[in-house]
Amino acid sequence: MEQFLAVLIDGIIYSAWLFVAAIGLTLIYGVMKIVNVTHGSFYALGAYAAASITGALLAKGMPPSLSYVVLLGSALLVTLVVAPLIERGILRFMYVKDEVVILLITYALFLILEDAIKLVWGVSPYFIAEPYGLLGSFDVFDLTYPYYNLILVGVAIVCGVGLAWMLGRTRTGKLLVAVIHDTEVSRAMGINVERMYLFTFTFGSLLAAIGGAFTAPTVSVVPGLGVEVIVLSFAVVVIGGLGSLPGAALGAVIVGLVRSATIHFLPQVELFVIYLVMAMVLAFRPRGLFSIAEARKI
Amino acid sequence: MTTIKKAVAAAAVAALVPAFAAAQGAAAQGEAPLKIGVVSFLSGAAAGPFGVPARNAAEITIEMLNGEKVPAPYATKGFGGAPLQMQLVDEAGSTTTQVTEFRNMVQRDNVDIVIGYISSGNCLAIAPVAEELKKLTVFFDCGTPRIFEDRSYKYVFRTSSTATMDSVGAAFYVRDTIKGKVKSIAGVNQNYAWGQDSWSDFEASMKQLAPGVKVATSQMPKLFAGQFNAEISTILGAKADVVHSSFWNGDLEAFILQAGPRGLFKRGTVILTTGETAMYKLADHIPDGVVLGARGPYGPYAPDNALNKWFSKTFADRYNVPPNYAAYQMTQAILGTKAAWEKAQAANGGKRPSIDQVIAAFERLTFESPAGKVEMAIGAGHQAITETAYGVAKKVKGKMTVANVKRYPATMVNPPDGVKSADWIANGFKK
Repeated sequence: MEQFLAVLIDGIIYSAWLFVAAIGLTLIYGVMKIVNVTHGSFYALGAYAAASITGALLAKGMPPSLSYVVLLGSALLVTLVVAPLIERGILRFMYVKDEVVILLITYALFLILEDAIKLVWGVSPYFIAEPYGLLGSFDVFDLTYPYYNLILVGVAIVCGVGLAWMLGRTRTGKLLVAVIHDTEVSRAMGINVERMYLFTFTFGSLLAAIGGAFTAPTVSVVPGLGVEVIVLSFAVVVIGGLGSLPGAALGAVIVGLVRSATIHFLPQVELFVIYLVMAMVLAFRPRGLFSIAEARKI
Repeated sequence: MTTIKKAVAAAAVAALVPAFAAAQGAAAQGEAPLKIGVVSFLSGAAAGPFGVPARNAAEITIEMLNGEKVPAPYATKGFGGAPLQMQLVDEAGSTTTQVTEFRNMVQRDNVDIVIGYISSGNCLAIAPVAEELKKLTVFFDCGTPRIFEDRSYKYVFRTSSTATMDSVGAAFYVRDTIKGKVKSIAGVNQNYAWGQDSWSDFEASMKQLAPGVKVATSQMPKLFAGQFNAEISTILGAKADVVHSSFWNGDLEAFILQAGPRGLFKRGTVILTTGETAMYKLADHIPDGVVLGARGPYGPYAPDNALNKWFSKTFADRYNVPPNYAAYQMTQAILGTKAAWEKAQAANGGKRPSIDQVIAAFERLTFESPAGKVEMAIGAGHQAITETAYGVAKKVKGKMTVANVKRYPATMVNPPDGVKSADWIANGFKK
């Protein structure tokens, strides 16, 4: 019983992390049809900004309880500076090109941003462990979990529900849904698609940065942080179906739980189990679990 | 010629004559510079804790050797009077990238000697290429024992001990310090050559030293995974008496940050075989009693000798942090190569030795380093053995130190020449 509960809790914590990391990727693909490799860079930027700003403020005597707000603020700050710069400065000139070309462009940007991160922050690790241990821990049978893990789950829920609410209930969201369905018709109906692209790219990148910022207290923030994330996020959104919000949620839960169960019961196969799940899903549902049916255009 | 032109000409002659004379002198003494390719992680997760300290150590060691500022027996300039030039290469990227970079260094940039490599995977890939290109290559840090156990090499040397020493030393430390019978062990190691070898040697050693010991769980997460909540839960649930981890780089730091609040360090003896690299940075997160290794007698375990005083002070003065074991190992590799070079040069009547002569001198060489005596005793004289030490973290007046230190002689924790580590352990560490 204890072990099954541990599988469930560990799986949910990992799923929450994966979901926050992946949700922006699927949003950007849904609206802009871009497989955005710079997503990993924004995750890393969020982590670096959070670690350095929060660390500096804590060193200057900021009450540790405020650090959670600073984590969020750091992600917001770095995204609002960098994301519009990339979208307006580079990507908007590339939308006419093939999806594969844009993917390569975002990969090039990812490499550039990796080096830019090293230029700004250097290669030494950053740590801000205070927010992780500040809230204390709770016990489940014989296992101890920091309450901070619940914050991560909360952040995932807020991001998912917030995005669903925004898409379904707000004017901007409805305009975005229209763009997701058909860009050309949306443009013909008077929607400023370029503005929607800017908003989507910035908002999607912000979600990645939030993922990085709230992960920073639990890891060593080092160069290359975004590499692993982009691979895992891609696996999650492919399982769920590119562009699908419920798909990303289900993909994250499946990957999280399967990985957790594997670690507990069959650790030898942990290395490839995520990709095994992805392969199995794609074998039966080549466009993912929640792929959206597309009208054939003639 | 006008007065101004005469003055300019005189000044030019005055400037050129000493330079010309110096060049003539250098040529007469055969002191052409030696180009050393230094390979270390300059980017990626391993750069901060390992690559950059090693790079820094190479920088100051080469600078001090060129300036004749290293204590005896390394007081002569460069290698046998020849000044050293360093060419830095980043170890980050795939093994394919590293093989390409190695070929570039050797065939395009004409380096004389290559000193480098932290990753065991990279060492395994580079060794046959070094042999193919006939380039003297000295590994300074990577740990897998497979390099000289699976093949023999003429051009490849390693001046630090293998992971076997770390794992066997950790097992002896458990035997010597834990009261009562150790009934179960658990492991969390990275899933590649280093992690697998480290765990298999530790497990086999514990089965020799504590017959009947059970493996509660062996976790092998992916390298650079960063998230270890499920692994920590599994280890906590396994309730092992001893937890062994050879994690390094950002994974080690993330593991410490995640394991601490979950109480893992309070549930039994936790051994971090490379823990020394994090002990100062994460001092607030490593509780007293965690067993810290340094992959040999480095850092807090280094002896109180003149070379160590020089190295630790020079490094700390320049970089404002004490040198960690990666830094020690880099300096050890450079000084070992110098010792071999100068031994070969002396045997060659003081003339610059050939690479074959340096190799002959390097084999079975014993040399001094800031970490004490290093013997190229196994791997047919190409693989070093050193003593090792383990201790537990202990904060004294808020400063991280090590306590309850146990030292193990080189022959106690390394296999004899020609015997594979696994066989040596399985046969009860017979000498």
